[in-house]
Amino acid sequence: MVVDYTIKIGGEAGQGLQTIGYILARVLVRAGYHVFANQDYESRIRGGHNFFQIRFSDKRVLSASEGVDILVALDRASIERHRGELTGDGMILYDPDSLKVRYREPFFLDVPMQALAIDAGGRVMMNTVAVGAVLGMLNHDFGILEDVLKETFMKKGTEVVENNIKAGRSGYEYAKENCRRCVFVLSGGDGRRRMLISGNEALAIGAINAGCRFISAYPMTPSTGIITYMASKAEEFSIVAEQAEDEIAAINMAIGASFAGVRAMTATSGGGFCLMTEGVSLAGMTETPIVIVLAQRPGPATGLPTRTEQGELFFSLFSGHGEFPRAILAPRDAEDAFYTIQKAFNIAEKYQSVVFVMSDQHLADSYWSVDGLDPQRIGIERGLLQDDEVSEGYLRHRITETGVSPRAIPGQAGKAVVVTDSDEHDEEGHIIEDAAMRKAMVEKRMKKQEGIASEISIPALYGDERPDILLIGWGSTHGAIIEAVDILNKKGVNTSMLHLNEIWPLHPKVADIIHGAGTAYTVENNFTGQLGRLIRMETGLDLKGSITRYDGRPFTAGEIVRRVEDAING
Amino acid sequence: MPSMDDYRGQEPAWCPGCGNFQILTAVKQALIELGLMPHQVLLVSGIGQSSKLPHYMRCNTFNGLHGRTLPVATGAKLANHELVVIAVAGDGDCYGEGGNHLIHTIRRNIDITLLVHNNQIYGLTKGQASPTSDAGMVTKLQPHGVVLSPFNPIAFAVSMDAGFVARGFSGDIPHLTEMIKEGIGHRGFSMIDILQPCVTFNKLNTYAWYRERVYRLSDHDPYDRRLAFERALEWGERIPIGVIYRNHRPAFEGLVPALKKGLLVEDAGRPPIDTLLNQLY
Repeated sequence: MVVDYTIKIGGEAGQGLQTIGYILARVLVRAGYHVFANQDYESRIRGGHNFFQIRFSDKRVLSASEGVDILVALDRASIERHRGELTGDGMILYDPDSLKVRYREPFFLDVPMQALAIDAGGRVMMNTVAVGAVLGMLNHDFGILEDVLKETFMKKGTEVVENNIKAGRSGYEYAKENCRRCVFVLSGGDGRRRMLISGNEALAIGAINAGCRFISAYPMTPSTGIITYMASKAEEFSIVAEQAEDEIAAINMAIGASFAGVRAMTATSGGGFCLMTEGVSLAGMTETPIVIVLAQRPGPATGLPTRTEQGELFFSLFSGHGEFPRAILAPRDAEDAFYTIQKAFNIAEKYQSVVFVMSDQHLADSYWSVDGLDPQRIGIERGLLQDDEVSEGYLRHRITETGVSPRAIPGQAGKAVVVTDSDEHDEEGHIIEDAAMRKAMVEKRMKKQEGIASEISIPALYGDERPDILLIGWGSTHGAIIEAVDILNKKGVNTSMLHLNEIWPLHPKVADIIHGAGTAYTVENNFTGQLGRLIRMETGLDLKGSITRYDGRPFTAGEIVRRVEDAING
Repeated sequence: MPSMDDYRGQEPAWCPGCGNFQILTAVKQALIELGLMPHQVLLVSGIGQSSKLPHYMRCNTFNGLHGRTLPVATGAKLANHELVVIAVAGDGDCYGEGGNHLIHTIRRNIDITLLVHNNQIYGLTKGQASPTSDAGMVTKLQPHGVVLSPFNPIAFAVSMDAGFVARGFSGDIPHLTEMIKEGIGHRGFSMIDILQPCVTFNKLNTYAWYRERVYRLSDHDPYDRRLAFERALEWGERIPIGVIYRNHRPAFEGLVPALKKGLLVEDAGRPPIDTLLNQLY
């Protein structure tokens, strides 16, 4: 039997759901399981309803499931909202004293979490009691939690560690003894050592590994975690992580730093990116490399600040006035994000262009278990001149066959004078109005698009090459789509997935794959089916349609399966 | 020693008699007197007649967008804090479009010298009021006269406790040269507001108008903030030029942990991230 369980922790903002969820997820990863965890939270600091959901299995899991096996309810709202998601053997864990209510149905497990926490040293440890209780319900070994608690609370001193272990153990033993209906069967996983990493962590660590030394950003959910992570490592890795006064300053600072010779990036969400678009155009004109992480959330305007959407593919593609080349990459999960952002820096510097890394709340805040990340897989290609190649008469915007001008940095080799301009300019970088030079410069810049296109990988097809149904996705919907494809194939519907994690320039192979399929749909977290439209724009191919979701929540595999079946059955 | 020849640039496209010519001369003169070579200097400018200045000399140049001079200069200075970074902007550029950046660059106190060519008018867009236009000035866009109160950049900078605040006058090149040299020498952010006639569009604040009013400060203690405020508020009959205010606030670069080990731009290659990855297991 395959182990595939989901634990959902629900409660108000400020109750520490994230801490419980993260500790529990780490314990399960250490125990040798594959884990996927996602977060659903409101734009508030206290109150409301939030949840943290962990799916673990002894096979690879890439998206959230619809059923819940253990619901940890820290408030009554969690019970009312989520009891309908309970699986056949599912259980609800709650504390009748702190919720001031007692449920009589058999699938409730009453655990006096508050009382046990106070016994162990303080009410604040209720969450640790809850983690222990979940492990008790699962009849899981307690030792790993002990290690994780030690690591988590080490900084706060041995007393805090000891008390937390005591609290965890009391919850564990109470649940183990009292949950007679708990019939969860564990396998012990496959015993492999894995890490647990979120999308934002992967983007930040990937950027550090790429040698990025400068990030300037203005805080905006769900992108903030990237600069926060990099700021926490600023001294160790000599990184400037500057909170700018606004997004306009953020992108202009990054452009200034890049011009002066460091790998630089910014990260924002749609509303902040609106302010950055003049900077995108500036980078295009001055041919300054820049990586922009655009962590999407539902718009327009402030929209749903803490939810997910893929509504800004077109916005990134057409952002900035004027015509200039760019690349748009869209990592599928945390592991892919680690590598993709490194590739983004290479493309940005080799072609002195803007490169977008499309994220969204689902990618930014979700956690995946990953076998390992290879820091050497993506090399660092800076595309800079060597000191002995820099001469006095250096031309920053020299016209070449590839459109790429040899790039020096100000003051390099004690002689380089580097000039660039947001006005149209000559090869040296000085302002001009001459028609012939203007034409030559437009052509030079646009020529780089061919080079960028050559960097785009052949898109990955999952499944048969000539399927009846082809589901096409981009970015963070990958996990749900791939699991939907597996389910559909098991049900006898011959389905494949074409997933684009490098969208622009669109790879010509996309058209071939679509031609080979029976019916093709895009699956997108937006209303208008932007990838489908982009494919039509580039290939002239009309797809059957788009399976879209725009309520601010991520797809589940189950939903995609139902939508495909509905479409087939017309 | 560098010479005027080292700094020779393109032929300026400014109106004959424009105050920008004198500022250009003062900038070059200051750099030469400080013994700086063109490759050691980065000029960052925005958009406006003032911002064409870097093209008319020779040094590292980033001529960016309207109002965005200071953030680009900030990024470049953090990347390579050995570069002498000078931001060149106009009154519309810096006090209008880029006002927010001015506030926060003063707060950061990064070692950049900001030159604001303040001609109290929009030149490039042909004669609209600027943030520093005197109330009552009539333009095509303000046919009934400017009704907004003028922005007082000096008083603003003093109130923000800026590290170095000076005023120059394009008609006094030797004095302006000294101001620019002192500003570059100051460790931290220095702002030099430069009064500059616009011979084409500003018929009010002419050379004659300035010459009647401008006087060089003497016996002034720029470290006394209260006195600095008094001088900052002086406008109308008499207009002081010189270093109005300065202090010893530490420069931003010295406070950024990442810059302790050296220049950011010195390529250290791929950092070892094993510790970061191990924390995730």
